[in-house]
Amino acid sequence: MSGPGFSWQRLRAMMFKEFIQMRRDRLTFAMMVGVPMMQLILFGFAINSDPRNLPTAILDRDQGVFSRALIARMGASGYFRVVEPLSDAEAETGLAEGRIQFVLTIPEGFTRNVSRGTHPALLIEADATDPAATSNALSTLTVLADHALDRELTGPLSAWRRPAAPFTLQVHRRYNQEGITQFNVVPGLMGVVLTMTMVIMTALAMTRERERGTMESLLVTPLRPIEVMLGKIIPYVMVGYIQMSLILLAARLIFAVPVMGNIGLLMLASMVFIMANLAVGFTFSTIARNQLQAMQMGFFYFLPNILLSGFMFPFRGMPEWAQAVGEILPLTHFLRIVRGVMLKGNGVGEIVGEVGALGLFMLIVTTIALKRYRQTLD
Amino acid sequence: MNAAIEVHGLTKRFQGRTVVDHLSLTVAQGRIMGFLGPNGSGKTTTMRMLCGLLTPDEGEGRCLDLDIRTQSHAIKRQVGYMTQKFSLYEDLSIRENLDFVARVHGLPDRRLRVEEALERLGLTARRDQLAGELSGGWKQRLALASCLLHKPRLLLLDEPTAGVDPKARREFWEQIHAMAAEGLTVLVTTHYMDEAERCHAIAYIAHGRLLATGSVGEVIARAGLTTFSVTPLHAGTATASLAQRLSGLSGIDLVAPFGSVLHVGGADRDALLKTLIPFRQDDRFLWREDTPTLEDVFIHLMPAVDARPS
Ligand SMILES: Nc1ncnc2c1ncn2[C@@H]1O[C@H](COP(=O)(O)OP(=O)(O)OP(=O)(O)O)[C@@H](O)[C@H]1O
Ligand SMILES: [Mg+2]
Repeated sequence: MSGPGFSWQRLRAMMFKEFIQMRRDRLTFAMMVGVPMMQLILFGFAINSDPRNLPTAILDRDQGVFSRALIARMGASGYFRVVEPLSDAEAETGLAEGRIQFVLTIPEGFTRNVSRGTHPALLIEADATDPAATSNALSTLTVLADHALDRELTGPLSAWRRPAAPFTLQVHRRYNQEGITQFNVVPGLMGVVLTMTMVIMTALAMTRERERGTMESLLVTPLRPIEVMLGKIIPYVMVGYIQMSLILLAARLIFAVPVMGNIGLLMLASMVFIMANLAVGFTFSTIARNQLQAMQMGFFYFLPNILLSGFMFPFRGMPEWAQAVGEILPLTHFLRIVRGVMLKGNGVGEIVGEVGALGLFMLIVTTIALKRYRQTLD
Repeated sequence: MNAAIEVHGLTKRFQGRTVVDHLSLTVAQGRIMGFLGPNGSGKTTTMRMLCGLLTPDEGEGRCLDLDIRTQSHAIKRQVGYMTQKFSLYEDLSIRENLDFVARVHGLPDRRLRVEEALERLGLTARRDQLAGELSGGWKQRLALASCLLHKPRLLLLDEPTAGVDPKARREFWEQIHAMAAEGLTVLVTTHYMDEAERCHAIAYIAHGRLLATGSVGEVIARAGLTTFSVTPLHAGTATASLAQRLSGLSGIDLVAPFGSVLHVGGADRDALLKTLIPFRQDDRFLWREDTPTLEDVFIHLMPAVDARPS
């Protein structure tokens, strides 16, 4: 017979029921697989924090050797795609309408003045409404300008070459040598997808019982709150792992994201993250009166997670208060874990602190959930 | 052995509105108690308090010798509660629903009991059909089967026969009586008078207050009603206009048509007889004093409460 305390048998009964219901609910099931795939494609292919081939109009009033050399170098950098030469007015409207990102004006007599050493000025105008779109290209251009004409400045003109710095700076990009955005975004997406689906699914699962009136029968059974909670949560842990595996697979096969660390370790650490999110969802379901409210709470929770965790914007770029909020959110810690393990090859030692933070969050939220769970209809 | 249900002063308020008002109720073991009252009178709320689904604001009591405030977990394992609204899982099949209940109660011979229940219901062939696809009456029957699965000692049935056909209702009452004979205690709400008369005892509640308890005969006798049945002597004579003229007169508490017959009654016999003198001389109608029915009593009890400030 089942004792007064926790009973595995009752927990199993609850889980079994949840699995059957999950299987019957085709739409939800499709969502659980469809959402990660959609997000993966949207974010994975669409987000690029290092855009190249930006349309650039060049008003070359010089048409000299040096101006042509400069234009060729710019094209070769990969950041600028030189569009057909235009009139001043056309360049202006192109910039205003957003068809053109940069306008470079090379003044008359540029080649002559360079030869004379009078340091002629070049004007580059940028559509800087989105700083992220232009900043890399502009900084490349600055470096490029220093040595763009070295090859042409020969013989007596070689005096105009910029002297090399008295030291060499070696930049060594570690963990993501080519700086490929996807390598950062795709592992992060795993956390985003899990946050969204896990929280909303559990929040709905419980409010559904209340809305359909089945809560009344459920409450008169001998089921304990912890059994109901675990019974609702565990099936979704498995859903979470299915989603993770899908994304990991896509990360490898579609985006060729390297996996430097141990996948097993990542899976283990993810358990804590998934449980933390499910506990949040369960807590929402004890507050929400209906499924719509549960859904709204889910989105309300989702927003700071996606914005302040370092998924969308660099964590260190945020003001201190935002970082403080970010430190509370599970996604922040999970992103560090998943990026650490996948890109840096982090081991247990490097991630244990983050896992601990997730564990603490999970414990606190679970306590709240169980405190809030009412065993009556009051 | 104490009574199966013994509660005192049970009170429940929702947002300051008293819905169950100092209700005391005793049901002896092995008895079938009918729980009657108009819509919104607090029957469902009372049942929910008895099985621990709602916490009473006042009052205390015991179900199966267990405290309803502190031992609701133990109560739940021995009580079968059938909710008024269907509350099984519509997206689970008939068998899966029964199976879930059996598992949650940790029944040792789970499969066997589920099979038995299906057989008794006559649903063995449709066991894999989703519960949501059942007709209303069949849902009721499934819900009853599911709350009997763990062989409870006390049954709380909230309108178990609403929407159930007469044959199934008869079977239901036969089953309930057979189980009561073996010691099961039943508290059952119903709006059907014939069902009330099948109970060992009834409790009548209105506006959260218990107004009458006892066997049907006792409740009728205690109401102290004098009633007449008025039959038109010629076909074509309607009682409607008579009813209109009678209602509201002093001494007349009750005017209710039953087919072509009109029931007229009052608690104050003398006043009633006095008022009726002119009407009884009308030779289009036959006046005959008879014993009041349960329904007469209930209809009489209802406005008595309405008049009170709540
Ligand atoms: N959760 C609740 N919150 C607020 N009011 C409630 C709640 N549950 C019931 N009530 C109110 O309490 C009163 C009694 O309701 P209850 O369901 O107990 O009546 P009932 O006797 O079962 O009626 P019926 O015969 O229609 O089933 C009603 O006025 C109802 O509106
Ligand atoms: Mg009711």
